[in-house]
Amino acid sequence: MSRLNEANTKLAREIISRYPRPKSALIPLLHISQEQNGYITREAMQHLGELVGVTSAEVYGTATFYEMFKFEPVGKYLINICGTMSCALLGAHELMHHAEKKLGVKAGGTTRDGMFTLAHAECQAACTEAPTLQVNYRYRLRVTPADFDKLVDDLRDGKLGDEIPQHGVLAKVRQVIAPERAVGAMAPEDVNDAPAWLDGKAAL
Amino acid sequence: MTIVDPAKTGEVADPNAVNITINGKPTVARKGELIIAAADRTDDFIPRFCYHPRMPSVGMCRQCLVEVETPRGPMMVVSCMTPVAEGQVVRTATDAVKKAQEGVLELLLANHPLDCPVCDKGGECPLQDQAFSHGPGESRFVEEKRHYEKPIAISDIVYLDRERCILCDRCTRFADEVAGDALISFTSRGNDTQVMTFPDEPFSSYFSGNTVQICPVGALTAKPYRFKARPWDLDQTESTCTSCSVGCRTVVQSSRDELVRYQGVDVDPVNWGWLCDRGRYNFESVNSPDRLTNPLVKTDAGLEATSWAVALESAARMIRLALAKGQRSVAILGGARGTNEDAFAWAMLADKLGIDQRDAQLGDGLNPEVFNLNQATIDEACSASTIILLAPDLKEELPVLYLRLRDAAQKRRSKIIEFSAHDSGLTPYAWRTFDYEPGNQARVVRDALSTDEVRQQLSRGQVAVVLGRANLAESEMFTLQAAAAVFEAVPNAKVLPVLRRGNVRGAVVAGLTPQNDAGDAIDILNAAAAGKIDCLVLLGADPMSDVADAGVVLRALAQVKNLISIDTMLTGSNRNADVVLPAAAYGEKSGTTTNLEGRISNLSQKITPRGTSRPDWMIATELGIALGVDIGVSSLEQLNQKLVATVAAFSASKDPRSTRGDGVLMTRETPVSISSSSVKAPERNSYDFRLVVSRTMYDKAQSTLASPSLVGIVNDAAIHVHPSELARIGVADGTNVRVGSEGTSIVAPIKANSRVHRGVAWLPFNHTGVEINPLLNIKGEVTDVRIEPIK
Ligand code: SF4
Ligand code: SF4
Ligand code: FES
Ligand code: FES
Repeated sequence: MSRLNEANTKLAREIISRYPRPKSALIPLLHISQEQNGYITREAMQHLGELVGVTSAEVYGTATFYEMFKFEPVGKYLINICGTMSCALLGAHELMHHAEKKLGVKAGGTTRDGMFTLAHAECQAACTEAPTLQVNYRYRLRVTPADFDKLVDDLRDGKLGDEIPQHGVLAKVRQVIAPERAVGAMAPEDVNDAPAWLDGKAAL
Repeated sequence: MTIVDPAKTGEVADPNAVNITINGKPTVARKGELIIAAADRTDDFIPRFCYHPRMPSVGMCRQCLVEVETPRGPMMVVSCMTPVAEGQVVRTATDAVKKAQEGVLELLLANHPLDCPVCDKGGECPLQDQAFSHGPGESRFVEEKRHYEKPIAISDIVYLDRERCILCDRCTRFADEVAGDALISFTSRGNDTQVMTFPDEPFSSYFSGNTVQICPVGALTAKPYRFKARPWDLDQTESTCTSCSVGCRTVVQSSRDELVRYQGVDVDPVNWGWLCDRGRYNFESVNSPDRLTNPLVKTDAGLEATSWAVALESAARMIRLALAKGQRSVAILGGARGTNEDAFAWAMLADKLGIDQRDAQLGDGLNPEVFNLNQATIDEACSASTIILLAPDLKEELPVLYLRLRDAAQKRRSKIIEFSAHDSGLTPYAWRTFDYEPGNQARVVRDALSTDEVRQQLSRGQVAVVLGRANLAESEMFTLQAAAAVFEAVPNAKVLPVLRRGNVRGAVVAGLTPQNDAGDAIDILNAAAAGKIDCLVLLGADPMSDVADAGVVLRALAQVKNLISIDTMLTGSNRNADVVLPAAAYGEKSGTTTNLEGRISNLSQKITPRGTSRPDWMIATELGIALGVDIGVSSLEQLNQKLVATVAAFSASKDPRSTRGDGVLMTRETPVSISSSSVKAPERNSYDFRLVVSRTMYDKAQSTLASPSLVGIVNDAAIHVHPSELARIGVADGTNVRVGSEGTSIVAPIKANSRVHRGVAWLPFNHTGVEINPLLNIKGEVTDVRIEPIK
């Protein structure tokens, strides 16, 4: 079952109601589906299309723009090693070679046990701390081969469970938006006034 | 709108006029008009790829850069996104503009494979042409180009070559904004942007051919034309599609005397340049090897080829013999496939012979008096404040009319109120949809139109009723009663009759409709089945697949002594005919045709008729001579003049404009009011389902079956019910069930379909697979069926 499960469908409906145009909710819904399955499945895209009233092709078109949405299964931990200038100058290539050896897969591959996917990344905006990598988008800075080995061993042993949730999980803290803040479905061109809950205060 | 140039007339300035200067020439543009459109009118061509006058601009390709004077000097603007402004000074060909345009072209070509010699578009390719006229002539790119798998099939018909695509967004915009079938989209946006479908969900839009036509490069090609011809070898003529009664304007193209392609032509009142795929691709049937080339007569060994003289003589003898028994011993069915002139020639022949049993409608239309109600044109319907749909699913039956109505609803000009027994292609765009069960539509209409909300909407402005036959398994009276209910509430509502068959309106008005007190097609078939008709003439009619009730057709064809068929091919109906006369097909004959709104436009011959086949009118003339009654015409021009002079409605086509793209509207008569009988539908037993039978775009019509590219798209018949009904019946989706009605039954697969309302069962008509016709009794009021699991 890789459509949204019941709880997520309910959440999806709630998110949709916040927007004047249902399809505007697509990105958060894609995140939910990636969180549920670890990647974006075809069935999930079809389901999202039904939920927001667009075709599967439109969901696909939107989703594939985003590098962080995956359309094939990835490991529980996605390790992105930066290879852009600063990192490259400070040993990123060596780090990548080391990682490939340690994990037994080439960049882009997933370990047989489904634990790790190794990937190249462009600048992760932490150049002063080069070389950098991200595990499920959580930073590791000034990474040495030894750091890398320890990281992988810790992840395997489940020691970082709290700090680094499995791939797809975005944040443990959920944003709560009161239902009265939901705009509700209406034609966007009809949205002229600031929402009532702003109570006359300046728009955000 | 007329544009008034105040300088010339000295009149009060038109508030919508905007004075601009293009390349030094002062010109008057309209408020809101784009620079590129204004420049088109002054013949200052600006190169473009993504701009299309029938779609909102997106400024995707940047090819249309021009210079506009600003207080800070000339500025480069994208002319397809920039509206005109008072006093604007535009230059489209300065050195700076040329440099910019060349730069854009160089970039567009950076990844383009330049495989023009093997590309179908070569020779008529905007990229090729504009690279030549507005390009730099050379490229500085030495890098490797982007590579993709060469064309991939994205549907049964359309192929996509992503290497050639310049990402102009025309196809994707068309699919989404015009057709409402957003089945293709830009995916992997960024370095790898490409047009793509959802994995394993093909671009199965009824309108996909339009994307091929508007693609400015050879990225999209269609199977029927791939590698068939080169543009410079094509010969072409403008004509009108008669595959349905929308009457879209087309260009018919041939190569070596064979039809190879139709392209849509933009005429404002009708199709805006669009065609549906059935109309666009069923030209293949004209080229079919199954076309009849010689007259056939029945011998002991079956149908055998013979000469026209022999065939006409035997047809004449059969008619003469039957007439000797009485005029009601002969009947003519059909005529909607031909031109106005064809129909008129046959009507004249029938007049001379006193044959009053004739009908161009085949029991699936409406009383022809709908043509005399207060008429709306397509434009009028699409600009009405309220559009009431009492019609079949227009997306399936009159596809381009669906596009027009969808546009009206999307642009918020009109609100659609739909009455239906199952959701249609327009349901998503309807303001309100009211469910009815066949038989009770008049009551539902009356109730719906009396609610405050609807009454208020109706009072906002003009109301148009789109009136057609939604269900072949019910009496036409229910549709007429529903229409009468609309007129009770809105007496000045205008009517757009949507009878689907090609030239049915022209044929009926030209006289192929029951005369005096003669019965209609169904009465004729019943009389034939009862042995009362000796000679039946099928004028391009194939009642076995056209008439819903196959039982009566079978009996009729078995009973008539002599069957004469005028057709392009052998069909289910004429295989046992006594005489078959080969008729010229679409593209092989000229004349005029009439669309559903009564617009008369011309049809042009492009290729030589197959074998010895000839147009229907010529056959009528010759048959007349063989019968000793000369209808007195020897040329198409003469026939047309006679039609225009004799039938008042056609007098409008004296207007020379009638041969131009827009055609002319039939002269309208003083509107009459509708008459409908008070038949009532019996109550439905709650175990049963009330049957709706209607057509889809691709069915077993001869023109589809004989078109290799379309035949694979025809679906097998299934009975569709609302998903919640499956449990009640006790079957799983897709299993075979027994569908029974009044003693007969068929076995068909059942399909859960949330678009079908509860209590109703929908059977698409004339699909392959199961023969559904035994269930239908079209003279009955409604048809109720029981659906049972097969034990
Ligand atoms: S396929 Fe053709 S129409 Fe579609 S985006 Fe590419 S170039 Fe434009
Ligand atoms: S809508 Fe009708 S007239 Fe137009 S292209 Fe299709 S079949 Fe032909
Ligand atoms: S170059 Fe690696 S983080 Fe910027
Ligand atoms: S035609 Fe103007 S940007 Fe493409």
